[in-house]
Amino acid sequence: MKTLYLLVPLAPLLGAVLAGFFGSILGRAGAHIVTIAGVALSFVLSVIIFQDVQAGHTFNGAVYTWMESGGLKLEIGFLIDQLTVLMMLVVTFVSLMVHIYTIGYMAHDEDNWPADSKAGTHSYQRFFSYISLFTFSMLMLVMSNNFVQLFFGWEAVGLVSYLLIGFWSVRETAIYANLKAFLVNRVGDFGFLLGIGLIAAYAGSLDYATVFGKAKELATMTEAITGWPLITAVCICLFIGAMGKSAQFPLHVWLPDSMEGPTPISALIHAATMVTAGIFMVSRMSPLFELSDTALSFVIVIGGITTLFMALIAIVQTDIKRVVAYSTLSQLGYMTMALGASAYSVAIFHLMTHAFFKAVLFLGAGSVIIAMHHEQDMRKMGGLRKYMPITYTTMLIGAIANAGLPPFAGFFSKDSIIEAVHFAQVPLAGFAYVCALAAVFVGGLYSFRLIFFTFHGEERFRHGHDDHGHGAHHDAHDDHGHHGPVEPHESPKVVTLPLVLLAIPAIGSGWLIGTILYGNWFGDAIVIAATHKGMAAMAAQFHGIFGMMLHGVMTLPFWLALAGAATAWYLYILRPDLPAVIKQKLAFPAMILEEKYGFDRFNDWFFAGGARLLGRGLWKGGDQVLIDGVMVNGSAGAVGWISGLVRLFQTGRIYQYAFGMIFGVFALLTLWISRA
Amino acid sequence: MNSQLLSLAIWVPILGAVLVFAVGSERRTLVRWLALAVAIAGFLVTIPLYTRFDATQSGMQFVEQLPWITRFNVWYLLGVDGISMPFILLNSLITVFVVLAGWEVIEEKQAQYMGAFLAMSGLMNGIFSALDGVLFYVFFEASLIPMYIIIGVWGGPNRVYAAIKFFLYTLLGSLLMLVALIWLFLESGGSFSILDWHQLPIGIKPQILIFIAFLVSFAVKVPMWPVHTWLPDAHVEAPTGGSVVLAAIALKLGAYGFVRFSLPIVPDASHTLAPMMIALSLIAVVYIGFVALVQADMKKLIAYSSISHMGFVTLGFFIFNQIGVEGALVQMISHGFISAAMFLCVGVMYDRMHSRMIADYGGVVHTMPKFAALFVFFAMANSGLPATSGFVGEFMVILGAIKTNFWLGFAAATTLILGAAYTLWMIKRVVYGPAGNPHVAELQDIDGREFLVLGLLALCVLLMGVYPFPFTEVMHASVDNLLKHVALSKL
Repeated sequence: MKTLYLLVPLAPLLGAVLAGFFGSILGRAGAHIVTIAGVALSFVLSVIIFQDVQAGHTFNGAVYTWMESGGLKLEIGFLIDQLTVLMMLVVTFVSLMVHIYTIGYMAHDEDNWPADSKAGTHSYQRFFSYISLFTFSMLMLVMSNNFVQLFFGWEAVGLVSYLLIGFWSVRETAIYANLKAFLVNRVGDFGFLLGIGLIAAYAGSLDYATVFGKAKELATMTEAITGWPLITAVCICLFIGAMGKSAQFPLHVWLPDSMEGPTPISALIHAATMVTAGIFMVSRMSPLFELSDTALSFVIVIGGITTLFMALIAIVQTDIKRVVAYSTLSQLGYMTMALGASAYSVAIFHLMTHAFFKAVLFLGAGSVIIAMHHEQDMRKMGGLRKYMPITYTTMLIGAIANAGLPPFAGFFSKDSIIEAVHFAQVPLAGFAYVCALAAVFVGGLYSFRLIFFTFHGEERFRHGHDDHGHGAHHDAHDDHGHHGPVEPHESPKVVTLPLVLLAIPAIGSGWLIGTILYGNWFGDAIVIAATHKGMAAMAAQFHGIFGMMLHGVMTLPFWLALAGAATAWYLYILRPDLPAVIKQKLAFPAMILEEKYGFDRFNDWFFAGGARLLGRGLWKGGDQVLIDGVMVNGSAGAVGWISGLVRLFQTGRIYQYAFGMIFGVFALLTLWISRA
Repeated sequence: MNSQLLSLAIWVPILGAVLVFAVGSERRTLVRWLALAVAIAGFLVTIPLYTRFDATQSGMQFVEQLPWITRFNVWYLLGVDGISMPFILLNSLITVFVVLAGWEVIEEKQAQYMGAFLAMSGLMNGIFSALDGVLFYVFFEASLIPMYIIIGVWGGPNRVYAAIKFFLYTLLGSLLMLVALIWLFLESGGSFSILDWHQLPIGIKPQILIFIAFLVSFAVKVPMWPVHTWLPDAHVEAPTGGSVVLAAIALKLGAYGFVRFSLPIVPDASHTLAPMMIALSLIAVVYIGFVALVQADMKKLIAYSSISHMGFVTLGFFIFNQIGVEGALVQMISHGFISAAMFLCVGVMYDRMHSRMIADYGGVVHTMPKFAALFVFFAMANSGLPATSGFVGEFMVILGAIKTNFWLGFAAATTLILGAAYTLWMIKRVVYGPAGNPHVAELQDIDGREFLVLGLLALCVLLMGVYPFPFTEVMHASVDNLLKHVALSKL
């Protein structure tokens, strides 16, 4: 079995190496064949391992010793349990779909490069290499049995994300976005590394099993220097890492900009898998987080803020990918709330359903973008449903699931989260609950706004570029609109097939709720403290999926989501003139949302500008003026000054020397006489 | 055979240098190939130092002892332990890369250029293996001469200023070291053996004075804040090969001095003054990180980045735990690879564009995709990405620092953000974006020779990141011994 485990990440790595280094020899078809073969093998093996784990065979063991120092033995190894294997399935399945989809999406990638760019020559192969490399990194992350490998995977997915957001490196916006993504993630990783450091210092090991075994002991300690309760400090540090990777407020700022990357990676990396790494990590660390209510409270509040406030921004976005991006932020917020409510299994369950329905939404958006000749502004779309029936149907499924309406997958997971937050006892859980409920309405609104705006109503793409639709909001994409009227048509099969295959679990994966949440499916992989009774209470209430649906339609979230959908219908189908009016009346709140609460401006001004200012000050003031000016050249100057002074006495004139001597003798005599 | 390995490591390159000088610059092809042969031979003779090294032993190995100046009890005494051995290999390997890097680029006085590097390589090996104070001092000072000449002759327009600044800075520092060495000679009753000095009991006041004497000398070399300002100037003026050796090897001499002299000879002073050393190290990490951010000249940026990374080395030494000290040593080796590669990358661009200014570039990826891939890889290593060597040392030092005091780890870990910020911001402006100007549009991608050098370095960086075990394994016994020794008071 161990060989199989090893093969799961190594197959995509091999594909990545082949496509990356030998892309010119393999050609385009060769590159996508080797990478798809690698990921497909990985997926098949994951299914086999899944069945093996179902049969009760979990695994925890080392592959090799990475390093040993000061009593700390760091090994590369795998932990294969229910949590891991579920993640492996999600990652390899979505990755496989995205690989196939990419054949269609990147088919004409040479158009995105300047004609003479040598980087554009094999960009197709390189793209496949990157997404396979990503799959490898993500698998290393989820399969790890220790913190070092976790951190390796964590940073490696960040690297590939950096490379892919900036894939079209000729675009200034893309290379701004990828630098921003990397640096914001590094802020999170800063916390993450401190958390790992604290664990190493106090538990003396970075192996999961050993650390979790000492969790109770750690919970009684305080950090020696700061005096903080150790377990809380550790958990909050680790969670800061999760905030970076899973784009939680206030480290969410990189995710919307990451949409500069090609759409397949928005689906794979920035929706389905990488951004959920933080959720996975906290679930993996449940034995630690369960011991600190303070940390859980912090988690639930951050999740609540992210859920509601990011969903609100989605309402005013006009770029189709950015709507989906903000919806992703909001959904990640839901997962985070679930973590804070000690409902780790629910968070992972939502992670899974979300991976499917959000991948559908992103890949569907990509399909629309292809049809619109790389137009992303929804104000220049509309009425596409009759031209693109498959894309429309699958995206509608994704949107309903995203809004959380039964019987689609999102309903089961989202409703369970809201329920879990309702039961949560940690401080400020009530705040999160209010956020969650409000976000349900907003979620219904933006999901259906996306559908209605894009697929229903007037065919605005026929107007060319002189129709800016609503108000005076100009964005960077306005210059894309000069293609003239386009005749949209459905995307090729390599694009629609993954959509259909992903839409199936976007409908049905929610029905597994009984097994995954209430059948003790995660076993020992997730630990819940006896004092946190939410999950137990939910299990007691659960009476099958039909019972849940029946109960669901009688509770508030269902009606809020429906109300959101109805509002979208009213505003974008029935009275399409209204949004502009509302925007005019509510100019100030609209501006706040369009400015995304000012985070980007503030970060650019305060952090980026401040760091440059500080750097320049230290350089000019410290290095050049103080050290070089005063100390180095100053001492050189002093030497010069003194020697200049001394030189005055070396005149070469005998009478001056004679005078000096006589004066000296006189002075000495005076001194001698006065002492005597 | 074992008994002459260190002498071979020292004298093969030096005698080779003499040979290269003798051939003369007129016969360019012969000079190059001869220099390469000498450099490779110089590296090959160091390999047995690793393969035959006994990692379980903490003492000196491959010891050679011959009388030198008997009147003052000065010996030609050589030996290495797990701390110094890796640096001899690193130095000899980097010399091969330096010879390759200067292959076509250096047109004037190539024999002297190659010879200077080979001679320096031998002298550096001498520094890392000398166990006699005078011998160490002679090698330490002698190594200044080739570097002074390299900067002064093959350097940029302001080379003479930079060469003199470099020379005076480092020479003034080492004079104080000489005083300390003589004091130790007298105090120990007439021994120049460094190992004898390790055992010598010394009172706290002389310990502090000796520590400061060593500090001035070594801090300049590392360089530590605030005696670091010679380094950016020297790098900017030095030819590519000079920068490579300066960053990869010369900076390590100061750090090595701390572990070979300061810590074991004056342990009590080291403990007493550790807070100051830690503070200076952290200033280097944070302050210099910010300064690096605003540099417009790539070489200056990498020079500042070097200072910041060397801050981790001195931090690791003065937190006195095994993971910290070993992390510092790993960081020294890793920095040898990465800074060498980064300077070579700038050299590749400089050879084509004759500019080091970031603003003169942009969109290099479109004309030099192979080079861009390697440059981005090294930039990531410089930012401490896991699976590259850059991560290992920083990670270990941060773990060690948190173990000592959470806030030390906190300050050190800011490099995660700062290092990525200054390195990748440079990459964004140089490598990515649309082609910056017509000159960039005409750039030729790297040729086979350049690819070989950068590719091999990339392999080293990757290997050390994925499997650092063999590197730390050889250090354990020696570092353990050092720490036990440092923990004992000499008062």
